[in-house]
Amino acid sequence: MGHFSLRRLFRSLLIPVLAVLTALVVGAVIMWLAGDNPIAAYKGLFQGAFGSARGWATTIRKWSPLLLTGLSVAVAFQAGLFNIGASGQFMMGTIFSVWVGINFADMPAIIHVPLAISAGILGGLLWGAIPGILKVTTGAHEVITTIMLNYIAALFAGWTVYAGGSQGQKPGPLWDPAAKAISQTPPVVESARIPFIFGPPYRVHWGIVLAIITIFVMAWLIYKTTIGFELRTVGQNFKASKYAGIRVGWTIILAMMLAGALAGMAGAIETLGVNFKFAPEFGGSVGFDGITVALLGQTNPFGVGLAAFFLASLAAGGAKMQFDSGVSSDIIQVINALLLAFVAAPAIIRYLYRIRKSPEEKETTPKISWGG
Amino acid sequence: MSSPTRFKKTSLIALAVAIVLIIIGIVVNLLPIPDDSMWRVLFGVSTLNFTLRATVPLALGAMAGILCERTGIINIGIEGMMLAGAFAGFVAKVATNDWPLMASLLVGVAAALAAGAAMGYIHALFSIKFKMDQIISGTFLILLAGGLTSYLFNPDSVAEGKFSPIAIPFLSKIPVIGDIFFNNPPITYAAFIIVIALHIGLFHTKWGLRSRAAGEHPRAADTVGINVNFYRYLNTTLGGMVAGLAGGFLVLEAVGQFQEGMTAGRGFISLAAMIFGNWMPFGALGAATLFGYTQGVQNALLLAGVVNIPRHFISMLPYLVTIIAVAGFVGRVRPPAAEGKVYETEGSSE
Repeated sequence: MGHFSLRRLFRSLLIPVLAVLTALVVGAVIMWLAGDNPIAAYKGLFQGAFGSARGWATTIRKWSPLLLTGLSVAVAFQAGLFNIGASGQFMMGTIFSVWVGINFADMPAIIHVPLAISAGILGGLLWGAIPGILKVTTGAHEVITTIMLNYIAALFAGWTVYAGGSQGQKPGPLWDPAAKAISQTPPVVESARIPFIFGPPYRVHWGIVLAIITIFVMAWLIYKTTIGFELRTVGQNFKASKYAGIRVGWTIILAMMLAGALAGMAGAIETLGVNFKFAPEFGGSVGFDGITVALLGQTNPFGVGLAAFFLASLAAGGAKMQFDSGVSSDIIQVINALLLAFVAAPAIIRYLYRIRKSPEEKETTPKISWGG
Repeated sequence: MSSPTRFKKTSLIALAVAIVLIIIGIVVNLLPIPDDSMWRVLFGVSTLNFTLRATVPLALGAMAGILCERTGIINIGIEGMMLAGAFAGFVAKVATNDWPLMASLLVGVAAALAAGAAMGYIHALFSIKFKMDQIISGTFLILLAGGLTSYLFNPDSVAEGKFSPIAIPFLSKIPVIGDIFFNNPPITYAAFIIVIALHIGLFHTKWGLRSRAAGEHPRAADTVGINVNFYRYLNTTLGGMVAGLAGGFLVLEAVGQFQEGMTAGRGFISLAAMIFGNWMPFGALGAATLFGYTQGVQNALLLAGVVNIPRHFISMLPYLVTIIAVAGFVGRVRPPAAEGKVYETEGSSE
């Protein structure tokens, strides 16, 4: 990693910080053009995220899924792969964990919770393995296969909880008959729920601690182990790593499995710590947000942690912003998109602020191509 | 490379499936088969009409993709371009509700084209000038369009009226074929014209040759005096317009209103159709028809209530077929060689 220097730290933070500021300013201009009051909006946003204990609690609750999907995308980037499939892996993690969570009612929590989380990790891992294996064996590009697998996962998940239709369509295997016409699972049993650190109304659960531990595990794995070294080598120079004797195919599959496992874990933690059930509308934009988080965090696990915290605070403050200022919280997705653009193309930020590129500086944004 | 117009295996398969579908449809509808028979459900005129309606935005999206990718710009942002087009078309239509219907709708189409062009231009600018990874730039377009349209959408506004079918004289009187192909609203006809025009343009004009050269071997193209980046800007912007038109179709011809996230993955299926059709206009049209048909059948089966396969599994078909196609199980597809690579002229690179 080279030796630490303050100047280098400043350099590495400069672009992300300017990207965040620029995204907020452009977001403000859009709000102003649309006739909204950006100052009131940002005030509401900030207060919603940090202005009260409950705001902090919401920010922390939204932190873990973003952190884990961000790590998922980041670990794939490290290996030169673009995992646009975090949402599908998240979905499979959700389904696997909810299945364990609604069954085995008499299991002690000390076994049940880890088992349900592991099931989620497994679900994501298997779903992530598919594009990895396809890429290695057939050359199919992971961007296409993961996008397609997202839809397949969403449809599969939708089917498992499907309430059935009037035209003789049978209900899905995880559907809760007590929910009648609503497509959803029964509630996760008490023993499979992740315990709260701060109970209602804060509802901060231990999942966030698990997510933070995962940052350290991933940092260790990526920077301190042989596997991590191989991963990064394949990501930086595909051809050279082949000549160096790295099993490139296996490394690619492993990276995708890791990515899937992390996204699956996010799904499990959301299910067992927050939602306590599954319905088809859950999940939302979590996979795409993971891309923004990974790039804002410059694919470094600790950077990803910080970036996820920032996006979580935006998500948490949205409700209060909308309530206080009347500005639709949909603007947050616009800000996220802008943020993605500015961190993915440092050239824009350099162009806007006339920053020169230092010679030793490497592009943190990986290059991906169809050819593979 | 062999003759550029020769179809590659996958595009041939895609086209063949579409043609077989049409032939079976004609035969079934001309035979005296009872209304409740499975054949009627699967190949009835209403199923095929629905198939065509589902196919048009997919085909347009795929043409948008081909336009960009043939010059070497990867475009996974079709979904966002479509959504932007749909929203712009809607806003323009609502703003001109008290104009004569046709004028108002045409303003809507113009707005959809303009919004798509803007998205395409942004994609080109980011990809070429700012050297953003093209896949990430596409992701940005999807997120931006999703966010902006949700933020700006006013659910109280209503678009009044949409394009109605125009029967083509004589042709619309042909049994079955006339009902399916020659009694449609204008954007549907436009879509077919665009497919044919793009095929001719790509393979039989100077513009097409230069565009393909930019996508296959930009260095060589540059050497013979072709302005590679000009063609990339031009075609990506044109591609954005075609994708915008697909969005306009949804609002101004199919649904008549805008809904948040109404493209519902059509941009991604278009991308799949483009790949399955091997970056060939007719191949992609065939693939789009195949994917449109899975939606048509799903609809018909649900209405008829005759099959026990859950609808979710039928809906998975287009995505599964795409994975099978890109994995090369039905003959390898091959993208333009220089796709995704920033091109810098000799000298300008550091």
